[in-house]
Amino acid sequence: MDKVITVEDLTFEYTRGENEEPVKALDGISFEIDKGSFTAIIGKNGSGKSTLAKNLNGLLIPTSGSVFVEGYDTRDDEAIWEIRQRAGMVFQNPDNQLVSSIVEDDVAFGPENLGIEPAEIRRRVDKALEDVNMGEYKMKAPHLLSGGQKQRIAIAGVVAMRPEIIIFDEPTAMLDPKGRKEIMAIIKELHQDGKTVILITHFMEETIDADRVIILNEGKILLDGAPEEVFKRADEIRAVNLEVPMMTDLADRLIKEGIDVPRGIIREEDMVEAICRLKSQN
Amino acid sequence: MIRDITLGQYYPAESPIHRLDPRVKITATLLFIIELFIVDNFPGFAICAAVLGAVILVSRVPLKFIMRGMKPILFILFFTFALNIFMVKGEVIWELGFLHITKEGIRIAVFMAVRLVLLIMGSSMLTLATKPLNLTDGMERMLSPFAKLGFPAHEIAMMMTIALRFIPTLLEETDKIMKAQQARGADFESGNIIRRAKALIPVLVPLFVSAFRIAQDLAMAMEARCYRGGSGRTRLHEMKLKTRDIVAFILEAAFLVLIILEARYF
Ligand SMILES: Nc1ncnc2c1ncn2[C@@H]1O[C@H](COP(=O)(O)OP(=O)(O)OP(=O)(O)O)[C@@H](O)[C@H]1O
Ligand SMILES: [Mg+2]
Repeated sequence: MDKVITVEDLTFEYTRGENEEPVKALDGISFEIDKGSFTAIIGKNGSGKSTLAKNLNGLLIPTSGSVFVEGYDTRDDEAIWEIRQRAGMVFQNPDNQLVSSIVEDDVAFGPENLGIEPAEIRRRVDKALEDVNMGEYKMKAPHLLSGGQKQRIAIAGVVAMRPEIIIFDEPTAMLDPKGRKEIMAIIKELHQDGKTVILITHFMEETIDADRVIILNEGKILLDGAPEEVFKRADEIRAVNLEVPMMTDLADRLIKEGIDVPRGIIREEDMVEAICRLKSQN
Repeated sequence: MIRDITLGQYYPAESPIHRLDPRVKITATLLFIIELFIVDNFPGFAICAAVLGAVILVSRVPLKFIMRGMKPILFILFFTFALNIFMVKGEVIWELGFLHITKEGIRIAVFMAVRLVLLIMGSSMLTLATKPLNLTDGMERMLSPFAKLGFPAHEIAMMMTIALRFIPTLLEETDKIMKAQQARGADFESGNIIRRAKALIPVLVPLFVSAFRIAQDLAMAMEARCYRGGSGRTRLHEMKLKTRDIVAFILEAAFLVLIILEARYF
C-alpha cells in the first residue's frame, strides 16, 4: 500500500519568551498514513492534535524528527508549496478561513495561488461547489451563510486545489447538529471518491466511519488501530478522561451485567445484530 | 439588523454602467475630477452636469440614493459657500456691519459649490455602480505596473478584499460583545460623551482581541492554501476590455477634449 504521509519520531516544541520553558506539544510520534485511507485522530483539549495537523502540511516544522508528504520533506523550503497543495487543510472556525466576500472568489483563492489557468480555475470552482452542494450559492456573501454552509465553502476551497490528502481539524466543533451531519456526509463522500482523509475530532461518534483511529494523549500516541480494536480497550481510553462511542459504552455495560455481546462494538447496526443473535440463541 | 449592513454604498442594478470594466470607470472618474478643475465657467459646468446626468440615468441608480450620500458633506458645502460669499472682495451689493457680500463673492461661492457637488456626485457614481470587489480588482490591475517600482499594488488590494470580507464579521462580533456587556449591566446610551466613550472600552478590548485572533487564524488558513503574495498568482476573473469598454473609453477622451476646448475658447 502506498504511504502518502510518513511521520518519524516527530517532536514539536512551542518556544515562547526567551526565558520561558518551551512547551512540548508532540513527543516522539511515529506513524504512516495509507493512500486513500480515513484516519480519525482523537484526544483531549491540549493533547497536541492541532499541532500534529499543522506539522502534516508544513505550517509547523518539527523540532526534531521528520514528516514526509508524498515523499517531500516538510523541512525542505523548496517543497513547501508542493506539500500544501497535496495536503489541504480545513480548520475549525468556519468564519476565520474564508478570504473573499464572494463565495466563488473564495473557492478560487487556492487555485489562483497555484497559478492555474483561469478557464481551469472556473471548472474547478464549479465542480468543487457542486461537490459540497453549494452550487447555487456561488455569488453569495459568506457572512450571510450558516456555519455549516461556510464550512462547506471552506471544504470546496480545499477541494478545488485537488489535494491528495485533506486534513480536517475539528471541522464540526463550532457547528449545530445539522451542520455537523452535513459536514460528516461530505467528508465520507470525499473519502469514497478516493481522497485520503485525516479527521481530527473530539466527537467519538465521528470516528465510527474511519478505518483507523489514533488516540493522542499529552503529545504521545496512546492507541492506534482499527476502531473496533481500539475501542475494545475502553478502560485505557477512559483512564485518560476520554469517552468511548455510545455503543461501545453500552456493550461494556451489557457485558458487566453478564450479557454476552462482543466488546468494542461501535455501530448501532452491529449492536442490534448482536442482540438479535442473542435472542435467537435463547 | 447588523447583518444586512451594506458595505460601501454599492447599488445593485443591471445597467451598462454596472457592466463596464472597473478600470474604465476608475479612469472616467479620475478624468471627470480633472475636468471639473479645468472648467472655468458655468457653461462648462453645464456640460459636465449634463454628462453626469446622462450617466446617472443610464446607470439606473436613483437620484435619491446618490443624494443620501451627499448628506455628510452638506456641512462642508455650506461652510465653503459661506466663506466664499463673505470673504471675496469686490463690488459690494449688500452690507451688514462687518459682513458684506460682493458680486464676485456670489459668483465664486456658487462656482465652488457647483464644483463640489459635481465632484462628490461624480465620484460616488464609481462606488455606487461598481461592486467593491471589482473595484479593488480594477485598482490592483491598474497599479500593477508600479509594483515593479516597489508599489504594493497586490498587497493593498488583498487588504481591501480582506477588509470587505471581515467588516460584517467584526460588526457582528461588536454586536455580540455589546449585548454581553449590556446583559451585565453596561450602559452605552446615557451620560455625557466621556461617560459613553468610557463605557465602550470594555467593548473595544475584547473586539481587538478577537480581531487579532481572526488575523492569526486567517493568515494560517491562507498559508495552508498556498498563498505567497501576488507573484505567480492567476485570477479566476480575467479582465479583458470588451467593445463597450473601448467605446466608453473613446467617449471619455472625447469629453475631455470638449472640456479643454470649451475652457480655452469661451
Ligand atoms: N502558539 C502556541 N504557543 C505556545 N503553546 C501552544 C501554542 N499552541 C498550542 N500550544 C500548546 O501546545 C499544546 C497542544 O496544543 P494543540 O492546540 O495542538 O492541542 P489540541 O489537541 O489541538 O487542543 P484543542 O482540542 O483545544 O484544539 C497545548 O498545551 C497548548 O497549550
Ligand atoms: Mg486543536
